[in-house]
Amino acid sequence: MHIVVCIKQVPDSAQIRVHPVTNTIMRQGVPAIVNPYDLFALEEALRLKDEYGGRVTVLTMGPPMAEAALRKAISYGADDAILVTDRAFAGSDTLATSCALAAAIGQIHKDMPVDLVFTGKQTIDGDTAQVGPGIAKRLDMQLLTYVSKVRSVDLDKHEILVERRSEGGVQLLKTSTPSLITVLEGTNEMRFATMANMFRASRYPVKVWNREQAGIEDVTKVGLKGSPTVVSKVFAPTLRAVKAEIIQCENNEPKDLAVTLLAKMFTKFPKIEQEIAKRAA
Amino acid sequence: MSEVTETKKPAGKKRFELSESLKAYKGIWVFIEHERGVIHTVSLELLGEGRKLADQLGVELAGVVMGTPGETTRSFCHEAFFHGADLCYLVEDPLLTDYRNEPFTKGLTDLVNKYQPEIMLLGASTLGRDLAGSVATTLKTGLTADCTELNVDLDARSLLATRPTFGGSLLCTIQTLNYRPQMATVRPRVMPMPERDASRTGRIVEDSLGMVESAIITKVLEFIPDEMQDKPQLPFADIIVSGGRGMKKPENFKLIWDLANMLGAEVGATRPVVQAGWVDLERQVGQSGKTVRPKLYIAAGISGAIQHRVGMDASDVIIAINNDPNAPIFDFAHYGIVGNAMTLLPALTEAFKVHLAVARKAG
Amino acid sequence: MAEKFDVIVVGAGPSGNSAALKLAEAGLSVLQIERGESPGSKNVQGAILYSDALEKLIPDFRDDAPLERHVIEQRMWVLDDDSFVGTHYRSDSFNKEPYNRYTMIRSQFDKWFSERVQKAGALLICETTVSNLLLDGNRVVGIQTDREGGEIYADAVILADGVNSLLAKKAGFHPELEPKNVALAVKEIHFMPQELIEQRFNVKDDEGVVIEMVGKITKGMMGTGFLYTNRESVTIGVGCMLSDFKKQKITPFELLEQMKEHPSIKPLIQGGEMKEYTAHLIPEGGYKAMPDLYGEGWMIVGDAGMFVNAVHREGSNLAMTTGMHAANTLIELNAEGLPFSKANLKRYKAKLDESFVMKDMKKYKNMPDVFHTNPQFFNDYPELISNAARTMLTVDGVDKKTKERQIGKSFRQRRSIFGMVKDTFKLWRAFE
Ligand SMILES: Cc1cc2nc3c(=O)[nH]c(=O)nc-3n(C[C@H](O)[C@H](O)[C@H](O)COP(=O)(O)OP(=O)(O)OC[C@H]3O[C@@H](n4cnc5c(N)ncnc54)[C@H](O)[C@@H]3O)c2cc1C
Ligand SMILES: Cc1cc2nc3c(=O)[nH]c(=O)nc-3n(C[C@H](O)[C@H](O)[C@H](O)COP(=O)(O)OP(=O)(O)OC[C@H]3O[C@@H](n4cnc5c(N)ncnc54)[C@H](O)[C@@H]3O)c2cc1C
Ligand SMILES: Nc1ncnc2c1ncn2[C@@H]1O[C@H](COP(=O)(O)O)[C@@H](O)[C@H]1O
Repeated sequence: MHIVVCIKQVPDSAQIRVHPVTNTIMRQGVPAIVNPYDLFALEEALRLKDEYGGRVTVLTMGPPMAEAALRKAISYGADDAILVTDRAFAGSDTLATSCALAAAIGQIHKDMPVDLVFTGKQTIDGDTAQVGPGIAKRLDMQLLTYVSKVRSVDLDKHEILVERRSEGGVQLLKTSTPSLITVLEGTNEMRFATMANMFRASRYPVKVWNREQAGIEDVTKVGLKGSPTVVSKVFAPTLRAVKAEIIQCENNEPKDLAVTLLAKMFTKFPKIEQEIAKRAA
Repeated sequence: MSEVTETKKPAGKKRFELSESLKAYKGIWVFIEHERGVIHTVSLELLGEGRKLADQLGVELAGVVMGTPGETTRSFCHEAFFHGADLCYLVEDPLLTDYRNEPFTKGLTDLVNKYQPEIMLLGASTLGRDLAGSVATTLKTGLTADCTELNVDLDARSLLATRPTFGGSLLCTIQTLNYRPQMATVRPRVMPMPERDASRTGRIVEDSLGMVESAIITKVLEFIPDEMQDKPQLPFADIIVSGGRGMKKPENFKLIWDLANMLGAEVGATRPVVQAGWVDLERQVGQSGKTVRPKLYIAAGISGAIQHRVGMDASDVIIAINNDPNAPIFDFAHYGIVGNAMTLLPALTEAFKVHLAVARKAG
Repeated sequence: MAEKFDVIVVGAGPSGNSAALKLAEAGLSVLQIERGESPGSKNVQGAILYSDALEKLIPDFRDDAPLERHVIEQRMWVLDDDSFVGTHYRSDSFNKEPYNRYTMIRSQFDKWFSERVQKAGALLICETTVSNLLLDGNRVVGIQTDREGGEIYADAVILADGVNSLLAKKAGFHPELEPKNVALAVKEIHFMPQELIEQRFNVKDDEGVVIEMVGKITKGMMGTGFLYTNRESVTIGVGCMLSDFKKQKITPFELLEQMKEHPSIKPLIQGGEMKEYTAHLIPEGGYKAMPDLYGEGWMIVGDAGMFVNAVHREGSNLAMTTGMHAANTLIELNAEGLPFSKANLKRYKAKLDESFVMKDMKKYKNMPDVFHTNPQFFNDYPELISNAARTMLTVDGVDKKTKERQIGKSFRQRRSIFGMVKDTFKLWRAFE
């Protein structure tokens, strides 16, 4: 069985700061990490490989430094890693990204037929959850989003059984391969890499593909040109015009503060008083 | 959109001319999501938003209802009218009984190609995101996820979809210029619920799916409903008492529960509190948690980080308790008390209790 | 099959990187193990880089190293509760290239350094902790990591694992660190727009300022505070002896919080957004507390060997220099076909003795003791000096002569003349 896992290198958003004066992003020193959601996808793929045999190929589209994310995936036990990188990809939105990744998966498929493609639920920077469905549609694969568990794989019949989270419950779905699965978070826990895999990762020659090597002939399908969406404005959220009325009273005793607050609030917002009164009944 | 590069030039500066073939696309659509006989409230919220956009553009607002044949499915069309739709496209087919990507993608894509809306909105739910991503790729058009604000640029007849970016620290406005329809998803509770007007009616335009079961590869074998333990219904609570890291210890969170119980309110929390395991994930308010719009939101020991704020900003009245007078939460709360939450919360509980007792006697 | 290298370097800080760079450049097979996610990931603080030591390793480092600002002004402040007396030394000669000192952010600097090391051919493995040394008798033959299949062999192991070297301790090369020999430093980085920094500190372009602070801010504990300007941030911190923290029952965090409230310091960091808080130990035991530096198949470099000059706040340069000498020793022996035995590794010590490293370590060997036993340096004097300055500078109709007398008296009330002379002497002896 051959599984391709799409992973993305993202800035650790918890550490991103906005310049207080210019309102631009200060990227300096913000570490790049593997999109946390993608690790669940990778671990799920590795588990299937442990159980059913086969290979796991990790794929990313990004700048040259994204190689680090692939190397990390190798250390966890992925067999192959491919970085698709080309200036032509700059400014890609999700439609263009899915185009590039789908093409690359097509190329991978030529070397060794692909049974399953895994992606994370979403990225923490783009946060759209669109790339997975996009790839599936372009490759005409069955799409299974928000999968919490792959129950079983029947390699002979090309059938898989998965649990998919949906509103208010779990769907048990049967479908055939090849298919694309977006893996839900919290479904598993990433393994601890072995020393041998750490060595393999540090020495592994990551395959780097440019646009042509990834099988994209039409430049207008990727990058800015291939992106229907355009960012027309980036801005800081505006603050509410009026700041909080700070409640104060003579000695600032908690009890007095609380009573003062309620009195003020009920006068200005009688609806809140009614809401409270409703609860008295 | 996935990459917001700062190098992208603002698009709207030059006068934009829509290509002739795309001018035929008219009207605003809202996909009406429902599962097992229940309409998803996010669809109704979107109708409210869609109504505003439609009025600005001077076009009709349509709901799209797809489901198994029967009265229930039909009734969702009327529900859409009650919430602002002028017409509904209705596709009834047994293949649409359970949600599956393939038939829904085909059904919706066909409708779009046939009736050509200029804007299509879906809820950012598991179903909505699954469907929106598939349809947008099939139609090769732009899709903006998780919008927090929708507007239109009347000149370009272009949707201005605003959403958080860079981990929520900034907002960006995204446009889909020379592609139609312009698609966007919005998370539940981000938009206000419109008034329901049961006297409204509209037209139903019926269409067919044109698919047979044997053509659909994915089969639903079973649906396992979640156990109906009483999950907190934060998004719909009228009063929420929330605590943050400033509560210091899990034991202190009892003070939050005390106030909430006394008011019959729900308990909310910030992400660090959830991650520390003081309360469960269902109670997280914010960008990666729930969006809430209660009448009253009481925030104790919460700094007011933007990622928390986006989830509760729409509350009618916000009370903040924080011992740091410079805490950002005071920039957008309505009332603030600067002081120790550990002493102020019990005092507030007591004050409400007295008020309730008085109200009870009076009422 | 277990892997085998010529040399394993434990740690990818300045000392480990220097050693690994030299060794790899000389064509030895080198494995470097770092426990952090990436080199420097545990080291977020801004710090001062002394060009000299790095220049010897990477002559063209200025071309692409992530440097923040070159230091053109050094301030020395003595603070009491609400004021300070200080000196500023600023010279345009510091503005002439090549610059001598830079501020830098360690996380970025270490990563850059490590990239150079890897380009030279060393193999780096991160997120892996060396948990034990593999011994054959008393000879170190390799390491054991915390990963499955974690034994790796080498002819020599260089311990560059920083202060509190657990490995050396486990192997018995190193006694337990005594609290009186380590300082605990806490640091914060505050983001601030470049323009604001330049305006506040009166600098332009890439110029930077360092402020060293002693006095009441350390609450009588032996230690110093410091503040450096980076390009878009300010690093502020304070360090005191671990033993003193224990006695004073104050946490380093509280100490820094109070320091930031000092009326002379607060305006410098106001409006900044705190980005990072880190705490780190600094080995300050000096020469007398140094462990054995080499043995059968092993050497210790950098902080792990107590190579820090606490008085001059130098560490990374000693780390780089010791790392370089350790590597050079192995390279020589390798070229001569000699084994990495204890007898042969003596050359490492000899190299250090010849360099500024040991000379400085010896020079200041009494310093820690002097400060430990004489809290007046951190307690009484700052206040007295500050009072003196205030008295002289306050224009209140009292003549200067009387003022001088008052100042003299205040000093004598706190410390007898004899005491003061003794203090001066002690300091002089320690510095000598
Ligand atoms: C991608 C991303 C997504 C995120 N999503 C979310 C999300 O969905 N929801 C969310 O909440 N956060 C989210 N965060 C985290 C968010 O950025 C903040 O870190 C978080 O909201 C802070 O929580 P807090 O206010 O409880 O803690 P803190 O910021 O530590 O604030 C604690 C406050 O308590 C006050 N305090 C301390 N002691 C007392 C006392 N005795 N009495 C009164 N006040 C006291 C302090 O002054 C302080 O203001 C997200 C972050 C990222 C990067
Ligand atoms: C607050 C503070 C301010 C300072 N300011 C300055 C200054 O301005 N100028 C200056 O020159 N010096 C300064 N120093 C001193 C300087 O930081 C150190 O002397 C220098 O970092 C020592 O380098 P090193 O390589 O020996 O150790 P470290 O930089 O500590 O590197 C040791 C590395 O080994 C890794 N490691 C440890 N144990 C293991 C293990 N078991 N397995 C694998 N890896 C391991 C660690 O993760 C670390 O990366 C300062 C120190 C502090 C704490
Ligand atoms: N540039 C990329 N390279 C590889 N995989 C990607 C890339 N962008 C997105 N993905 C995958 O698509 C998923 C959804 O991403 P997003 O639509 O950006 O939320 C991620 O979890 C990844 O698995």
